[in-house]
Amino acid sequence: MVEINPILCKSCGYCVRFCPKQVLSIGKTRNKRGFFYPELSDPDNCISCAVCATVCPEGAIELPGKGGENDG
Amino acid sequence: MAEYKRSNLIADAPSGYCPGCLHSLATRLVSDVICELGQEDNSINVISVGCSALNLLYWKGDFLGVAHGRAPASATGIKRTNPERLVFTYQGDGDLAAIGLAEIVSAANRGENFTVIFANNQTYGMTGGQLAPTTLIGQKTTTTVYGRDPAVAGYPMRMCELLNTLEAPQYIARFALNSPKGINQARAGIKKAFEYQLAGKGFTFIELLTNCPTNWKMSPLDTLEYMNENTIPYFKPGVYRDKEAEVK
Repeated sequence: MVEINPILCKSCGYCVRFCPKQVLSIGKTRNKRGFFYPELSDPDNCISCAVCATVCPEGAIELPGKGGENDG
Repeated sequence: MAEYKRSNLIADAPSGYCPGCLHSLATRLVSDVICELGQEDNSINVISVGCSALNLLYWKGDFLGVAHGRAPASATGIKRTNPERLVFTYQGDGDLAAIGLAEIVSAANRGENFTVIFANNQTYGMTGGQLAPTTLIGQKTTTTVYGRDPAVAGYPMRMCELLNTLEAPQYIARFALNSPKGINQARAGIKKAFEYQLAGKGFTFIELLTNCPTNWKMSPLDTLEYMNENTIPYFKPGVYRDKEAEVK
């Protein structure tokens, strides 16, 4: 499942733009640097494809998976 | 089900890059590949001047900040004295294609065994968006306010094609970072370049087409469309040289 780190987000919108299932949306809360960060608005339809993590310039989105530690 | 964990080669903090800047994505991609290859403690990032220098505060592995445009010359010395290390330069287009043109061509021509990561955003980002050698025809910058006119400023330089005229380079490729497909291709290309270097094959060159929302004066999402319509038709992505594939 997608994990979003609000501190790293700069609200570019790439994750929302490229999500194939449109399960992400820019939220209404600002992080401490003033950026509105995304939220998983439709978690039931998230397919954990990692496209959001792929396009995030800051690496603010992670998909930990089942195994936990992942060196990649 | 895909997994992704941010690499520990970049700081656990926001980068210094502007929102939507693909420089930070390029840096993250390189760090991911290095971790994937298990080279975290063996890599040396040779960081040049320009927006690429923001990596000085962001990169957690070994690095050296070097003079403007001279990263290939510095990397030559570093690699020759530390042949077992994974050495790469991280340079922008103003740095590599303008002031550093002699260094990059000479290093490529000598077939030095290191990798060049070249982020091409078609402008001088850090200094305020001036004309770069790679600025597109008609593209407006602070020094070409009516758009680049080839009669005055010449034509955009295609570095992959230029270096592809040399004999020595082993791998030359260009990828566009404005789509998930391009990003995944870039990741594979960077990995291949690093693997060639670790195998001692010689010079490898990766050009990454990036954007500059701040100086292009566009939203980050608009820059991705601009790249599709303008950048990619001129700077065509693809593998220009792969000597190992040619042998096969």
